[in-house]
Amino acid sequence: MLVYTARRLAVAIPVLLAASVLVFLMVDLSGDPLAELRLQQPPPSPEAIADAEARYYLDRSIPERYWLWMTGIGGNGDIGLLQGQFGPSVRGVAFDIGTQLSSSIYVTIRLVTAAVIAALGLAVLSGVVSAMRQYSKLDYTLTFIGFLALAMPTFWLGALIKEGGLWFNQTTGTGFFYTIGANSARVSNMTGWEYFLDSAGHLVLPTITLMLTSFASWSRYQRTSMLEVLNSDYVRLARAKGVPNRVVVRRHALRTALIPLVTVATIGIVAIIEGVVITETIFQWRGLGYFFIEAVKAQDAFAIMSWLMLSGTLVVIANLVADILYGVLDPRIRYE
Amino acid sequence: MTTTDNFNDGATATVDTDIVLDVQDLSVTFSSEDGPLKAVRGVSYRVRRGEALGIVGESGSGKSVTSMAIMGLLPKSASVSGSARVLGQEVIGLNDAQISKVRGDKIAMIFQDPLTSLNPVYTIGYQIAEAVLTHRKVTKQEARKRAVDLLDKVGIPHPDRRVDQYPHELSGGMRQRVVIAIAMANDPDVIIADEPTTALDVTVQAQVLEALEAARKETGAALVLITHDLGVVAGHVDRVAVMYAGRLVETGSVEDVFYRPRMPYALGLLGSLPRMDEARHERLTPILGTPPSLLDLPAGCGFAPRCPMAQEVCHTSEPALEAAVDGEDDDPFRRHSAACHFSERLVDARPEDLFRTTALDAEAPAELAEAEDTGAAAERRQEEAEAEPGEVLLSAIDLVKNFPIRSKGILRRKIGEVQAVSGISLELREHETLALVGESGCGKSTTARLLLQLIRQTSGEVTYMGQPLHSLSDSQMRPLRRDLQLVFQDPFASLDPRMTVSDIVAEPMQIHGRGKGAKKRVKELLELVGLNPEHGSRYPHEFSGGQRQRIGIARALSLNPKVLILDEPVSALDVSIQAGVINLLEDLQDELGLSYLFVSHDLSVVRHIADRVAVMYLGKIVETGTTEELFDAPAHPYTQALISAIPLPDPVKERTRERIVVTGDVPSPADPPSGCRFRTRCPKFAGELTDEQRNLCVEEPPELLDRGTGHRDACHYSQVVELI
Amino acid sequence: MSEMQSRIAMDDGSSDGPAAPVNRGGDLTQVQLIWRRFRRHRAAMASLVLLGLIVAFAFLGPLVWQWGHTVDSNIPSNAGPSLEHPFGTTKQGNDVFAQTMRGAQQSLKVALTVAVVSTVVGATWGAVAGYYRGRTDAIMMRIADIFLIIPLIVAVASINGAVRGGTTWYAVALIMCLFSWATVARVVRGVVLSLREQEFIEAARAAGARATRIIFRHLLPNAAGPIIVAATLLIAVAVLTEAGLSFIGFGIQPPDISLGKMVEGARTAAFTRPWLFYPPGVLIVLICLTINFIGDGLRDALDPRQTMVRR
Repeated sequence: MLVYTARRLAVAIPVLLAASVLVFLMVDLSGDPLAELRLQQPPPSPEAIADAEARYYLDRSIPERYWLWMTGIGGNGDIGLLQGQFGPSVRGVAFDIGTQLSSSIYVTIRLVTAAVIAALGLAVLSGVVSAMRQYSKLDYTLTFIGFLALAMPTFWLGALIKEGGLWFNQTTGTGFFYTIGANSARVSNMTGWEYFLDSAGHLVLPTITLMLTSFASWSRYQRTSMLEVLNSDYVRLARAKGVPNRVVVRRHALRTALIPLVTVATIGIVAIIEGVVITETIFQWRGLGYFFIEAVKAQDAFAIMSWLMLSGTLVVIANLVADILYGVLDPRIRYE
Repeated sequence: MTTTDNFNDGATATVDTDIVLDVQDLSVTFSSEDGPLKAVRGVSYRVRRGEALGIVGESGSGKSVTSMAIMGLLPKSASVSGSARVLGQEVIGLNDAQISKVRGDKIAMIFQDPLTSLNPVYTIGYQIAEAVLTHRKVTKQEARKRAVDLLDKVGIPHPDRRVDQYPHELSGGMRQRVVIAIAMANDPDVIIADEPTTALDVTVQAQVLEALEAARKETGAALVLITHDLGVVAGHVDRVAVMYAGRLVETGSVEDVFYRPRMPYALGLLGSLPRMDEARHERLTPILGTPPSLLDLPAGCGFAPRCPMAQEVCHTSEPALEAAVDGEDDDPFRRHSAACHFSERLVDARPEDLFRTTALDAEAPAELAEAEDTGAAAERRQEEAEAEPGEVLLSAIDLVKNFPIRSKGILRRKIGEVQAVSGISLELREHETLALVGESGCGKSTTARLLLQLIRQTSGEVTYMGQPLHSLSDSQMRPLRRDLQLVFQDPFASLDPRMTVSDIVAEPMQIHGRGKGAKKRVKELLELVGLNPEHGSRYPHEFSGGQRQRIGIARALSLNPKVLILDEPVSALDVSIQAGVINLLEDLQDELGLSYLFVSHDLSVVRHIADRVAVMYLGKIVETGTTEELFDAPAHPYTQALISAIPLPDPVKERTRERIVVTGDVPSPADPPSGCRFRTRCPKFAGELTDEQRNLCVEEPPELLDRGTGHRDACHYSQVVELI
Repeated sequence: MSEMQSRIAMDDGSSDGPAAPVNRGGDLTQVQLIWRRFRRHRAAMASLVLLGLIVAFAFLGPLVWQWGHTVDSNIPSNAGPSLEHPFGTTKQGNDVFAQTMRGAQQSLKVALTVAVVSTVVGATWGAVAGYYRGRTDAIMMRIADIFLIIPLIVAVASINGAVRGGTTWYAVALIMCLFSWATVARVVRGVVLSLREQEFIEAARAAGARATRIIFRHLLPNAAGPIIVAATLLIAVAVLTEAGLSFIGFGIQPPDISLGKMVEGARTAAFTRPWLFYPPGVLIVLICLTINFIGDGLRDALDPRQTMVRR
């Protein structure tokens, strides 16, 4: 297993590197982060511009810059991924990419965890019910809900949910739904329990927004795989043994039908990352999505690159975890 | 339902404790997109305690659906009517909780495919114990102990270790034994076995059938054996029921049905079967046409459209299952009965009398070609057999093919080798049929592909008319492909579903730059293989299996090849259809002077069609000779075992013949035994040889030599045995 | 044989090529068969009609509607729905009805381009990789992986954000293609890997067919089902992604308009001025919903397992 993991990583790392080269090139070619500076009135001195270019390594060629960003060799000590430096931000020295990134992760992980758990739970439930009552009214209803959720743009739904929450608060005159941020402003003087409640309250609406797309695709998947298993020979044999249907479904069908879902859900992290960017924009969370959008708006190349490397690594790890989980759950698969 | 079976008149309603399964007027209809599909129509039969009933029929005859209906395992789209009583208890219409108490306890079922029948994520011990725990109040330890016991009874070695293994760690034969063990778990009164050995190799089939017999003896259960294989039925049941188009068309003791069939279909089925115990010169008598669509059944007898003696009445009224002329027993469930208006005319009829008068090989009666004078053909064959051997066309010398075993990772490093073919030499002469015989995984199909250079050998030589093929590049090989063509096993997979039949048949001509005039040639070819030449614009899915196989043959013939390599060309076909294709192949060989390399696992077909036979085991040829030599005087223990394992469709012969039985499964070709590869399963090695003699088998791989038997075998201690 | 050759020579007079005319006639029946099965899927049929109406609305509507999508001094600011302006007007003075038509048009153009380009590139890539297997496959699929590691919306935003101001629909579409062909390649490769083991492929090889013939005449036509389904799903994904991009501020830029941009402008208006908020959102939902249902119907109609009679 260890050997397998190591070997998988050995292949994934070049892919990740190639992706970083590709994106680096594109981010670099797509605009000039100093455009605003150059257009300032009165025009800044050529020295000032040269100074800024040197500070952000814009005076180097693209390959040099990539090399610098990766290794930090020949830089000013503020750059080099391999040395744990993410590079200077064009938003000034006060903005440290590494620090900002790690605080964003903490905010986002809460949201992602809540959404994944909710989506998985609901997907399994609805997929199993749909499969067991195939072609019933309930199946058609759930299928339609799934299709609707898949067709629903996250941002529109999010905006609707948020406005709905606000409207509810307004009409009832309460602050029942939290619609902005990951926590209330007065978070610093809360007890642990209050903090937990506050966090949970803030999670409700964004979680609903974020989980919906994943729930929809996973429940379709669970339905298909459940149907396949329910029609399999071994379920038929289990029923022929005299095991009552209820037990067959739980013991034989569900157990086996869950295996592929685990893989799909783990790989589904890509969709979640996309959703996070939009959800956080709507609910104004200062998480990874917010970090990314701000970085793009500021044309902060090193910040964008750091973010992409982080999400790319997550995807690679997710794929690996999916494979390993598959091996753990299905005795037919063994990695040497 | 136009008829009422005379079983349903209430006279037999008295409860007989001896009857364990009583099926009355059972019908199953599926609702489908194209209307109701009548899969089973008014089936009635009874099985007594300890009795074995065989239900025989071709695919789509409703034989499996009947049993699934009894077990309550049909999907909701099926509507079931009629009655089925297990020990007097009605089981049709029970709810899930009620039927669950019966299933697995009083009536158990064994399914066809052992590879998919067991849940991959639970150990086999768990799955057997589950059957026990469902019906018995025992502890888990007791259930597990019972599981080990059962595994031992069905002949699985080291049951205490096997019990904790997962299904994928066991071979197909082993898994089917596990399924049998599950069926035995609660000592049921009836075991229904639905094609239990169809997915298995013949030597393994023999072992599994033995395990099934053991299970019956142990539990005293009655057996309902559902199969398409008349040979399996002949040896293992007391009574037979023949199904056709959803109905029982003939029932009776196994001897009655096999020796005195009173329904033309049953007679035709027996006539279309190639038999290992008959010399090859007899021509097979196929049944014309295909079974009727269950969506659109004919008004009269379902078999009437294919029946050579059908009269007007056959097309208008469906005959009831009534006592046959020579029925002695009065009990309608025991006597010999047939569903035919004219069954008395079949007294002493032979299949060839009935079917050959009109029997032509095409499947659609409207598209008949001239019948061949079969006597003359047989004579010609006789002459050819005695004539000088022809020129060698295709030969292989010491052919070896190793497939790498790769790791699962992305780098796919080579971690071992499978020796699929290890040193095969053979020669195919002009106008002869050489059969390459063996069980799955013996390397026969790989050998066929090596001869065609579709895959490249690891070492060895292939020559065609003296020209070495093994050193040619793909483009150098291309012009030679015109002479060497391939016909495949699966008529459903071997034709591109998105191309018309014309395009499929014309494709080789297009590739070889003979596209001009291809249209005309396609029509000729379709006619040649007995299809309507006007059907060229249709798609493969519009044809039946046998017709598709004919299309595949037409494609192979389109470039006028000299050699046809036939890879199991008839094993996917029902017997009544198979006979027509075999006859076609024989006719084509006579007409066009083709040479055949006939790859097959079916010794009966081989006996019928081949001039010479080579038997393969684990990548090596173990015995080769003329067909007569090999079948009449097999010398290698494996050949003997193979011949013994093929069931004969003859109840008396099948029950009394001498058998040489092998044990265990074929070893992995990744790690073949040293010395003689067959020694691990060899009955001679296990039983007759002294330790000293065995040393030779372990250390020295036997060469393929003539050891005084008149033909060549690869056994240090070969000895001719007469088995048929 | 010579007799036959003379007959063939006589046949040469006919003008048509040997296979083409037969094939065309045959394809029609194949298409008819699929169409017959598709029509049975009621939701898919209803979706097809609805989508047709939306397409007409987006492409024909602007030709007949009195207002354009740009700011017009004749349009009042912040008006509610009326006959003149069915979806009201914006603060700047745009007719929202005209904007909706224009937005839908832009969304559809982007989505169709992405679907067509990505499908053609992806299907060919996947088929070649799957056919050759081994090292070729490994290298080709690792290259595809590079484009799969980065989430589509993020990738496009990273590149697209910097060129805002001048972003046109086809620029957005092409960048999206770059990061979506790989998903199609993956699907097609999987299908081809199992198809190539089928005997009819071996039959073509035994007849001497070259790789290009096998890939384009046999493998791709037989993978048509999954390819078409992947393409329809890609349309839906592209609509959502394009709209999402516009929403977070990238993608198509003013004075041009897209559905996502409209939602962004009206994001707080759901309960105050719903006529601004609902039309673009509902239209996006309708486009995606109908396309998903059509994809579902196509899957059922094309699934080869459906054509086989189950025993």
